[in-house]
Amino acid sequence: MSATPAFDEMRNADGSVREPYLVLDAWLKEQPPQALGLMAADAEAIFRRLGITFAVYGSNEGTEKLIPFDLIPRIISAMEWRKLSKGIEQRVRALNAFLHDVYHRQEILKAGRVPEKLILQNSAFCPEMMGLDPAKGIYSHIIGVDIVRVGPDDFYVLEDNLRTPSGVSYMLEDREAMLQLAPELFQRLKVAPVENYPENLRRTLESVAPNSARSTPTIAVLTPGIYNSAYFEHSFLADQMGAQLCEGQDLFVDGGKVFKRTTLGPEQVDVIYRRIEDDFIDPLTFRPDSMLGVPGLFDAYRAGNVTLVNAPGTGIADDKAVYTYVPEIIEFYLGEKALLPNVPTYNCTDPEQRAYVLEHIGELVVKEVHGSGGYGMLVGPASTKAQREDFTRKIIARPDNYIVQPTLALSTCPTYVNAGIAPRHVDLRPYVLVGDQVRITPGGLTRVALTEGSLVVNSSQGGGTKDTWVLEE
Amino acid sequence: MLGRTAQNLFWLSRYIERAENMARLFEVGYRMSLTSRREGGASEHLVSMMQAAEIYDEFQLAHERADVTSVSHFMLFDEKNPSSVRSCLLAARTNARTERTALTSDMWESLNAAWLEFAAINPKSVTGAKLPELLQWVKQLSHQFRGALLGTILRDDGFAFSQAGSFIERADNTARILDMKYYVLLPRSNLIGGDVDIQQWTLILRAASAHRSYRHVYHDRYKAWNIADYLMLRPEMPRSLIFCARFLDQTLASLDAIYGKTGESRAAAAALLAMLESNDMDRIFAYGLHEFLTEFIARNNRVTETLSETYNFY
Repeated sequence: MSATPAFDEMRNADGSVREPYLVLDAWLKEQPPQALGLMAADAEAIFRRLGITFAVYGSNEGTEKLIPFDLIPRIISAMEWRKLSKGIEQRVRALNAFLHDVYHRQEILKAGRVPEKLILQNSAFCPEMMGLDPAKGIYSHIIGVDIVRVGPDDFYVLEDNLRTPSGVSYMLEDREAMLQLAPELFQRLKVAPVENYPENLRRTLESVAPNSARSTPTIAVLTPGIYNSAYFEHSFLADQMGAQLCEGQDLFVDGGKVFKRTTLGPEQVDVIYRRIEDDFIDPLTFRPDSMLGVPGLFDAYRAGNVTLVNAPGTGIADDKAVYTYVPEIIEFYLGEKALLPNVPTYNCTDPEQRAYVLEHIGELVVKEVHGSGGYGMLVGPASTKAQREDFTRKIIARPDNYIVQPTLALSTCPTYVNAGIAPRHVDLRPYVLVGDQVRITPGGLTRVALTEGSLVVNSSQGGGTKDTWVLEE
Repeated sequence: MLGRTAQNLFWLSRYIERAENMARLFEVGYRMSLTSRREGGASEHLVSMMQAAEIYDEFQLAHERADVTSVSHFMLFDEKNPSSVRSCLLAARTNARTERTALTSDMWESLNAAWLEFAAINPKSVTGAKLPELLQWVKQLSHQFRGALLGTILRDDGFAFSQAGSFIERADNTARILDMKYYVLLPRSNLIGGDVDIQQWTLILRAASAHRSYRHVYHDRYKAWNIADYLMLRPEMPRSLIFCARFLDQTLASLDAIYGKTGESRAAAAALLAMLESNDMDRIFAYGLHEFLTEFIARNNRVTETLSETYNFY
């Protein structure tokens, strides 16, 4: 681990409590010794009864797991949030402009600001999208930006998730749970609401309906089905915004239009919030062996008869190798400096930088360009000699396949663990909606690495979640 | 509504009703086996119950003797028996999980909680006094789910499909209970039943939760004729064939009203109801009780078939 202790969200280095946490601190001190343990048990019962689970792949019923919920909220002051949300909005506007450009005139490539090869030979680049005009020119409508904090004013963007970010249902259910568990805290603090998310999601989806759609567009959420790990979220969101939850088999394309099979026969669908990856949405255009998608869907999309949210091909803008160019991208399209910095990233194809990386691999984080979920990565300070040697070989063999970053001392937040309350590392994923306007839900999902000292917050690797409070002035 | 959603709601309710019926059937067989004096513990009553539920062939594949232990495991916990309480609850919950957006949160939570509780039971621990307790619990969970449904669901097409599922399943169950023991219900010269007859009649009435309400309706001791009449033609008896058929007919009429069209399923429900409304017990006995029940079950199945054709189940 890094030599200096990480920035703590609640306490200053001298042990005094930071201003946004004063009320929480007083409340925690009022709780009798057993109270938090009982509350944690209540919270688990609430989540299990509601069925807020994620399925574990390759297993039968009864193996749905709960993502651990931590009952101590993470708190963000109004001032901190203003800064964050401005930076996020700037980023998503620039990235949508970038997507429009790479799938049209490719000015940024012609100007040499982003290497042509990096885009055109990237597996996340979707040639089928060339020249296609999505409704309102928006590609990525639903975005989850991963942010880490290392100091009072030091926030970094770790990743822009522009494809099909998940987890927003946990943001909403964590809030529901906190309202049940500690209502008195909400009376003492003014916490910005998150409950509008489903309504805003619906407005966003309606705002990007094709022009041909009726005044109230028909919206469907397309899910791979109940065995998908995020199925709960798919059904939750469909339910919350009053949209139809569909599987591929429920939809079909006829005459360039998409229909759902209802009890009354076919009914046209205008907007599809698809939670199926690009490759699987249409076996006629993409993977021919996909059973999850809808044959002909892409043709209907191309014809402008249905809107896909998010658009196919958005992965080119959140590719880990493209990520290093986001500050350039912001300057190129908006003429502004990036408000939120990227994590400094080493480019291993550059001999000098590679030499530095190989020499300091024990201090760095190595990520596979196309990896996700915390897999395929090396956290230097927590690694074994064998792992370091393995990654050294891999980087030398394929320098373009890895990005390398310093090990960030992610901020910690007090967390309820077996031994009582102890600091654990956290990150933050705010959720952004881009339609007729940009809507950012105050807060987002705080993920917490429950293992002491661990920096990996992914739920697939033992991470939990916390309710995230943005204080209102 | 998606055709698949309609189908899932229909079967969700059928599975819950079936779980309840299985618990009730087993309860009767279990009670009777306690009082009947058979050597070796095997029980013909348990066999009759399984025959009524059409699961006896399946049972015989894996078991030699029908005693309380083997039958309770088979009817309550066996994953290989598609009609076991466990299989019904799991299927109902899977349907519910698939259709969460069509269910109210009260319905989902009651079903989800019930499944989690049931799945946590160790079948081996359910012995002695725990067995009747569990059967009671299964019935309670069905009542609870029905209560959540009736108290919270919108009275729309989804409601109609789920009600249709319940009442088709219930009618099927009552018809099978009657058919299982139809021969003890036939009119005979000796109008006063012997001990064995009374035992059999009690069994039939209990299986339909009708042994106490019978007295309120007939103010008389158990008689074969009355029992058949009660479970077939009495409109106030909520598990009687005529009650189920009328309810089904009204439900499908409401579905037609919602959709503004006349489905073939309505005609099938009307044909089912006509069998009961145009008959009395004299005519039914003259036609043949067993033959009548066989025809009823077939017409009841026809309603399911037409529903899936008319409303695009797939």
